[in-house]
Amino acid sequence: MNKNFNIVITGTGGQGLITLLKIISEAILLEGYDIKTSELHGLSQRGGSVEVHIRFGKKIYSPLVAKNKADLIIGLEMQEILRAINFANQKTVFLINQHIIPIPLERSVPQKQIIKKLKLQSKNILLIPASQICQQEFGKSVTAGIYLLSFASFRGIIPLKPQSILLAIKHIVLKKYLEQNKKTFELAKENEKKK
Amino acid sequence: MKKRILLGNEAIVQGAMESGVQFVSTFPGTPASEIGNTFFKLYQNKKFKGYFEFSVNEKVAMEAGIGASFSGLKTLVAMKHFGLNVCSESLIPFLYTGSKGPTVIAVADDPSCWSSAQSEQNSRGYSYLSHIPTLEPSDPQECKDFTKLAFNLSEKFKIPIMVRITTRVSHQKMPVEIQAIPGIKAIGTFARDIKRFVTMPPRVLEMKKELLEKIEKISKIADKSKINHISGPKKKTVIIASGVSYLYVMEAMKELKVNLPILKIGFFYPLPKEKIKRFIKNAKKILIVEELEPYIEKEIREINTKAQIFGKNLLPETGEFNPEILIRAIAQITNKKFKLKEVKVNVPKRFPQLCPGCPYWLIFGAVKKALPLKTTIFGGDIGCYMLAGFPPHSIQDYLFCMGSSIGIAHGIKKTTKQKLIAFIGDGTFFHAGIPALINTVFNKSNPLIIIADNRTTAMTGHQPNPGAPLVPDGIKIENIVKACGVKNLKIIDPINQKELIKTIKDFSGKKEVSVIIARRPCIFVAKK
Repeated sequence: MNKNFNIVITGTGGQGLITLLKIISEAILLEGYDIKTSELHGLSQRGGSVEVHIRFGKKIYSPLVAKNKADLIIGLEMQEILRAINFANQKTVFLINQHIIPIPLERSVPQKQIIKKLKLQSKNILLIPASQICQQEFGKSVTAGIYLLSFASFRGIIPLKPQSILLAIKHIVLKKYLEQNKKTFELAKENEKKK
Repeated sequence: MKKRILLGNEAIVQGAMESGVQFVSTFPGTPASEIGNTFFKLYQNKKFKGYFEFSVNEKVAMEAGIGASFSGLKTLVAMKHFGLNVCSESLIPFLYTGSKGPTVIAVADDPSCWSSAQSEQNSRGYSYLSHIPTLEPSDPQECKDFTKLAFNLSEKFKIPIMVRITTRVSHQKMPVEIQAIPGIKAIGTFARDIKRFVTMPPRVLEMKKELLEKIEKISKIADKSKINHISGPKKKTVIIASGVSYLYVMEAMKELKVNLPILKIGFFYPLPKEKIKRFIKNAKKILIVEELEPYIEKEIREINTKAQIFGKNLLPETGEFNPEILIRAIAQITNKKFKLKEVKVNVPKRFPQLCPGCPYWLIFGAVKKALPLKTTIFGGDIGCYMLAGFPPHSIQDYLFCMGSSIGIAHGIKKTTKQKLIAFIGDGTFFHAGIPALINTVFNKSNPLIIIADNRTTAMTGHQPNPGAPLVPDGIKIENIVKACGVKNLKIIDPINQKELIKTIKDFSGKKEVSVIIARRPCIFVAKK
């Protein structure tokens, strides 16, 4: 990998963004890259909007991705990804969980409108019903982020080997949740092949 | 060497552990909380063999640390920026006496106020106010290295050292080199040394002179220190940067394909003035990159008036920096083009929420049913219940600092006839609410105070507090309230809405101060 790789992940507090960041970071460390990440804690979580940044490559300085410089933007919630739209350029991949968490007292932004906006920056949009898939398979949608990450790795839109992702999952995820996480990884593998 | 991915805060812990720290006191506050949380875990797992405490507030945390240092122990005190205000009363004389056991004060600022109401405080002001030598790491590896360096400096000069970080350093992760942790014992001795530990005048003025002499010596160390390092070619346009901003500058230069000489300031106070003088001697343009108030810029303007200086005339004084702010600034001074492609989006704000099932829903709900919202004044305080200020609750008419809901309520009640409810949490009541409550009794005013007692310090990650320690037998808030002389007092589980609503109605019309302890555990405490 010659160029640095920049990821922005958006979602809402409680969707497991910090764990997802930990897994990706561990996978990056396993592959021997330099890495910097940025996350927010405290009041900024609590069900509010959350945005984390991950950058890796030969030598990384800034923990924050610059505007127009993201290679991959992952949205665990459809409306939240809009807030990160300006990290994208025309080559950026938007990897989106087709899932809406309503904003209290507000009307949700329709999917069509979200996609239309995103296309103004990049047409590489992957819409995947990860929450729905996980909910159907496990009765819980909490591993939707792991599904998207595994999918991205199998599809080759994140320069990390699936084996590194799996090993990172084993290192980071608590034992009692490990089984569902591993199954999610396998599920993403099967579904990626189908397409 | 073994590397592990650490948060900046975790790296400070690692640095302290590798230095052989023996005594750690802290009060939790984002973005510094993980320093205490990590130590707490290590202490519980017996991996940290020294002493650790969550203190009741930052002032007593600092004083505990001073006591440990005077007894010869290697000491770390950690807090968020506002904690420094609370403990400044003790911090400032501590610089006069100096430390005996090496002492490091870790302080986390929060530019852009991601997790802080109150103000966008720049704690570097305290470096000047108290003359505390201050180091500013940019990333987690530096957090570890600078903490170790701070302990060494403290040992050498018998002076506490501040390690000042910001949110983007605290909550930044990178692989950090891990080294061995020495074995320690946390037993000290206090040896009487009146000349050193007693600040009575006229001795106190001699102490000040001695402090200033120390700072003079340390400034020579700063001039030679590797943590103020110069890189890049010799050019007429130069950059001076500190903290996380340095990382954005490096990124921006890469982006713009420019290569300018840069002096990275790791030693904020005292500043390495001789090194700076040499660095800017032939400069025509100087860009000074520091978040918030321009302390470094002011010093540099004193040194060099010939060069064109870019600082706060180009970069914002409010809010944190990011890579594109620096790309734009450097593009401007090097006459390069920089254009962003931005799309305007309109997504409604997603406010942070009380957790589903949080007992505070019940408290706010009852308040809204009991009193007319238009005419009642609602005093807010620091904790999860400050979410009262966001929709759907929107019942918060003022919000300041820890304990102030009661203090300010007293002033309002002394001057108006309006009804007022002051909210305060259990942790915050212990921290700074008690003197304010006593003041309402002593000076006779009649706010209704609702102590939202969820049996933990919830907002910052469920740390124990005096009312809800790990073991039962906490200090009972009701005993304190009674002892303060409050006659109207009720303890109500907010699940009993009828009783709560009735009591709020009843108490809000009393002639003396009233207190409702609305007690129901945070759902995360109840789960345990």
